[in-house]
Amino acid sequence: MGVTRTPTPTTQGSETTGGIGESTLRPDGVLKTTGEFAYASDLWHEDMLWGHTLRSPHAHAEIVSLDVSRALAQPGVYAVLTYDDLPTDVRHYGLEIQDTPVLAHGRVRHHGEPVALVAADHPETARRAAAKIRVEYRQLPVVVDEATATAPDAPLIHEGRTDHHSGHVPHPNVVHRQPIVRGDADAAARRADVIVTGDYEVGMQDQAFLGPESGLAVPAEDGGVDLYIATQWLHADLRQIAPVLGLPEEKVRMTLSGVGGAFGGREDLSMQIHACLLALRTGKPVKMVYNRFESFFGHVHRHPATLHYEHGATRDGKITHMRCRIVLDGGAYASSSPAVVGNASSLSAGPYVIDDVDIEALALYTNNPPCGAMRGFGAVQACFAYEAQMDKLAAALGMDPVEFRRLNAMSQGAVMPTGQVVDSPAPVAELLRRVKAMPMPPEREWESAGGGVDVRALPGGLSNTTHGEGVVRGVGYAVGIKNVGFSEGFDDYSTARVRLEVIAGEPVATVHTAMAEVGQGGVTVHAQIARTELGVTQVTIDPADTRVGSAGSTSASRQTYVTGGAVRHTCQAVRERVLELGRAKLGTHHPAWATAELLLESGKVVTDDGEVLAGLAEVLGDEAIDIEREWRHRPTEPFDLRTGQGRGHVQYSFAAHRAVVDVDTELGLVKVVELACAQDVGKALNPLSVVGQIQGGTTQGLGLAVMEEILVSDRATVRNPSFTDYLIPTILDTPPIPVDVLELADDHAPYGLRGVGEAPTLSSTPAVVAAIRAATGLALRRVPVRPENLTGT
Amino acid sequence: MDFLRPATWEEALAAKAEHPTAVPIAGGTDVMVEINFDHRRPDVLLDLNRVVDLYEWEVGEETVRLGAAVPYTRVIEALGRELPGLALAARTVGSPQIRNRGSVGGNLGAASPAGDSHPPLLAAGAEVEAVSVRGTRLIPVEEFYTGVKRNALAPDELIRAVHIAKADGPQQFSKVGTRNAMVIAVCAFGLALHPATRTVRTGIGSAAPTPVRAGTAEEFLTAALEEEGLWDSGRTVPPSVARQFADLVAACASPIDDVRGSAAYRRHALRVMARRTLGWTWDEYLGNERSARCA
Repeated sequence: MGVTRTPTPTTQGSETTGGIGESTLRPDGVLKTTGEFAYASDLWHEDMLWGHTLRSPHAHAEIVSLDVSRALAQPGVYAVLTYDDLPTDVRHYGLEIQDTPVLAHGRVRHHGEPVALVAADHPETARRAAAKIRVEYRQLPVVVDEATATAPDAPLIHEGRTDHHSGHVPHPNVVHRQPIVRGDADAAARRADVIVTGDYEVGMQDQAFLGPESGLAVPAEDGGVDLYIATQWLHADLRQIAPVLGLPEEKVRMTLSGVGGAFGGREDLSMQIHACLLALRTGKPVKMVYNRFESFFGHVHRHPATLHYEHGATRDGKITHMRCRIVLDGGAYASSSPAVVGNASSLSAGPYVIDDVDIEALALYTNNPPCGAMRGFGAVQACFAYEAQMDKLAAALGMDPVEFRRLNAMSQGAVMPTGQVVDSPAPVAELLRRVKAMPMPPEREWESAGGGVDVRALPGGLSNTTHGEGVVRGVGYAVGIKNVGFSEGFDDYSTARVRLEVIAGEPVATVHTAMAEVGQGGVTVHAQIARTELGVTQVTIDPADTRVGSAGSTSASRQTYVTGGAVRHTCQAVRERVLELGRAKLGTHHPAWATAELLLESGKVVTDDGEVLAGLAEVLGDEAIDIEREWRHRPTEPFDLRTGQGRGHVQYSFAAHRAVVDVDTELGLVKVVELACAQDVGKALNPLSVVGQIQGGTTQGLGLAVMEEILVSDRATVRNPSFTDYLIPTILDTPPIPVDVLELADDHAPYGLRGVGEAPTLSSTPAVVAAIRAATGLALRRVPVRPENLTGT
Repeated sequence: MDFLRPATWEEALAAKAEHPTAVPIAGGTDVMVEINFDHRRPDVLLDLNRVVDLYEWEVGEETVRLGAAVPYTRVIEALGRELPGLALAARTVGSPQIRNRGSVGGNLGAASPAGDSHPPLLAAGAEVEAVSVRGTRLIPVEEFYTGVKRNALAPDELIRAVHIAKADGPQQFSKVGTRNAMVIAVCAFGLALHPATRTVRTGIGSAAPTPVRAGTAEEFLTAALEEEGLWDSGRTVPPSVARQFADLVAACASPIDDVRGSAAYRRHALRVMARRTLGWTWDEYLGNERSARCA
């Protein structure tokens, strides 16, 4: 008996040199394209049971009674668990604040909150048994926005808070609040020749990863459990899971399974604890996999936001000051809301030089769906608003919007609102120049020579809504700033274990990290780094698991930087050991062993003049070098709770977009014709993957601009939890995305690289909306833009 | 759940007579979604995939007899000349995979107001061939839709085919969705000119509890075209006539607010689509070929 369809090591590069800077192909690419890749939903074990979650149909209700007897009586059911069955006193979890009950206790705070678990011998049996659980609810008034959250008689979402933010927030329904004050905004405002204000809204976007939450928990003979799981951060999961199970961490052994996308939505736990509880209770392996409907309730979403901004500028186009207030809806549980607040506030001024700012950002507790990490993480919401403000300011001054931005663009040496100096390249003006200089796509592409119409090139496409009538072109620009890595003093380290040995006469490196490969291509990059550092061609990437130290999260655009940095650092330690061995064994054969700078290239030890001293096989013999090392980037510090000052971020990344849209102004339908991007990536370790990340992020930003939103009823229930009604861009909605990659090295980062994944998600959305504004003349203060907004219906 | 797999049409009819609650399934593009989402749990599924007759069509003098399970892909490839409105609508159904499986018979069986086939069937003129062990009857398509996801079939009846009038003039179909593919209609509109009878027919989708014809709009336009002598004059339709036609189409709808769109937007969009499709069909009638070229 054993687990099948679980991860196996992938060996890459038997025929290629494939070091950094080359576009080596991903080892999982062909498997994913042909449908052979084993995702977590493909996990299987003999004799396994299926877990099912009973969820709340209400957003806010007291659980008056809970009767599981009819479910337990159903043949094929092995266990039914509620809050009262939890094995220890640790019954809550959370990334930063442990406020989330493993199963609801007396009260549910959001639609879809887990109430009970069932394990049965068939998924359908488990589902039917769950339907037999009798839960009597008494509905409670719902908190849905700032007004209802902070009203005098507002129900408290979490009573008796003791978390580390509870002492400084203005109301218990505020998770965290971060003001940032720098300079004197009032005085600066008096210098302004024009002042523009705006109120903006961002709807609730979903990560919409294609592989639903899934995992397999296998009870072990030692009383522990083996968990195969699709997640973003194995060790953060482990830290939250083990105490609830009452097990030491070494008895909860986690292995990453095939992950079908994440985008922040797998930072929080979903079914991890549930599957382990059922496995330990029944003594049998338990698989849980959400369907698409349940997935919408199984992970947090992007914070919806309301943003108020005021900017001033002098007649010659210099920004005088900025004031803003950003209210993020965190939903029922904290998740990563405090960190999202930190990002939204510290990045709220955008990539511009503004010396006098008065900033406030906060996240609410409400009964809406919990919100947390999603690609762009607080910076997306701010970017939509400040870029709309830039266009408004430019218009008020009668200036070209790109020239106005370039005039105020930050560069290396600029000071952030937090007082942090940007001490690596910040080519904001150059990115805008480049994206504007790209050739424009042709106009009226739908007109063919014979006088016919190609509707595929028109808004509405094959739905045949226009043959050119009402279609107006618009062009819009935007630029954004995103931090890379975990901020505010977090110990954001990673770990890598690297083994070098000779197998069948060939040197082979094995890289073992706990990095979650969620589709970003980290495994490809790790192999490239090992080849470059160790001069080998064959690299094996071991499955990610908790037998090696933490790699940190696959989020915040950080993995190539931090775990890539750890792999490089460990490879360098391995190289030192190789040279030690070489000196000991062969040092007397050639004086260069003692005197020259030595490198590993093409399986050999060579001098920096290229002279070969020995083959790796000769140096290593039967010995394997096996080293595990941690690696850290420069430390950060928390933001002052009153002034927001502090060196809070590790690195900044920048991207600019130009959007070209055709709008059917009568029907309110939008076709994004082209979405060009220029981004500085410091160093492209894998240029093909870099372009892929930029195009993917750009497309996700397009989705937020024109279609993606989770809709919530006035009772805070989710109205569209399916891909039928939560629309994401198809390939027919995705325009050509020409990408101009700039590589200005950050001297503080490995290889000079800059995190890539998130920045393109920021500026894509405001660029598209600016283009729609240009086509329609409408103010458009909310995303996603719906046809109703464009037609006044 | 019982799963019946008749090999012939006669066996299928006998099975349906024996199990009146059986849900027929062919492409499964609708039924399987309903089952997966737990929206319904039929006691019996009646799989029609082995009944080859349902995948065939005949082009007759006046009509096309389209087998109930002929996939949309075949309609697009083979019937664009005879059924141009339906072919345009078929292009907007789901994805290539869905179009390879889904069929007009399935759309009729589901009777969703958002089904893409309905507006062109209403505009062209069609009859549903409903068959049981008791016999065969032809149901005019406008009488077939009886409510939201309800149709006129008796419990023992199956859809054998749809008899659709061959185009005797230009036809158009327009559908509003908020993305460019794989989208359920926010609302849709079909229009067919019938020069042979000097009439106009329409179909509205997703803007009323059932697919409906815009009767008063058809009557107005038919009368206006006649009064102004436009069928013979070679002149364009006066903007005032087009505008009133569009307003009447919108007035014939009874849309609701839902997650896909507001009632006000649906009426507005119908007005725009009615005006545009009238322009396109009339242009084509006049010989100013500027019709859409499609993939």
